[in-house]
Amino acid sequence: MNQAADLPIWAALLIAIFLLIGAGLTLIGSFGFYRLRSFYDRIHAPTLGTSWGTAGIVIASIIYFSVVESRLVLYQLLIGAFVIVTTPVTLILLSRAALYRDRAENSPDVPPLDVLPLAPSENPSRTSNPEKAPITAHNNTHIGEK
Amino acid sequence: MSKLFSYPLLIVLLTTTWLMLTGFSLGQFLLGLTTALVAAWGLTVLSPAKPRFRRWDLLPKLFAIVFYDIVRSNLAVASIILHGGKRIGKSNFMAIPLDLRDPTGLAYLAVIITSTPGTAWIDYNSARSVLILHIFDLVDEAVWLDLIKNRYEYLLREIFE
Repeated sequence: MNQAADLPIWAALLIAIFLLIGAGLTLIGSFGFYRLRSFYDRIHAPTLGTSWGTAGIVIASIIYFSVVESRLVLYQLLIGAFVIVTTPVTLILLSRAALYRDRAENSPDVPPLDVLPLAPSENPSRTSNPEKAPITAHNNTHIGEK
Repeated sequence: MSKLFSYPLLIVLLTTTWLMLTGFSLGQFLLGLTTALVAAWGLTVLSPAKPRFRRWDLLPKLFAIVFYDIVRSNLAVASIILHGGKRIGKSNFMAIPLDLRDPTGLAYLAVIITSTPGTAWIDYNSARSVLILHIFDLVDEAVWLDLIKNRYEYLLREIFE
């Protein structure tokens, strides 16, 4: 880390700004995770850390190592990519478990299983394309429950 | 042998990932390529639905939109948390009927929605094609419906269906 003193001022400033943005957002996210009350509110807070929290730190790291090693260092992007791709897996698993529990307890705060979508007339979709509407009722989409 | 090369993009990506992590040398290239081929072979055995990109050209547009929205919603959610959880609307669930059926498209939508602070993907019912979201600051349902349907789903359907 002793190269840090030799950094040009523009690089040091950029690194500091992105590092502060990333760390600050992660901190705010963790604080919200601690402060918010309901489970469903709390799952929103950590996404600050997994989106721009991670992005800020990754960008700062890319600039730092690219300047220090005088070549483009990009492997930190992999960290960002893995965080982005894996976050939904855990978040959806957790929220579906919570929803399942709340439905089993007949909690009035969660939507029931047979929740109906808005009527088509209320649907403001300007772009609905009737030719493209798939007619197949059962395709092999196993994302949700049957 | 053709089975080994049925996922060319995956092989290229895995080898690139390997080289990004280890640095380029012939030995590492061969090792990375072997790993990628084994992984691709494993995927062939699992035989998942092969994603089809119909409109590659729209991907940059999608990334730009999502990038902008993530920045915006980061600021919005951070400011709500800093104000002690006070917000204009209230957090609530909402059901969204989806026309998107393609598994890869749905996976992209899940990543977009989860990566954007303020919206959380709670449940998706594939038989009814209804997505349940939890919105952190829900003021007007129509605005969110418009956002998901016209901003994300429309593009994803153009790309994947």
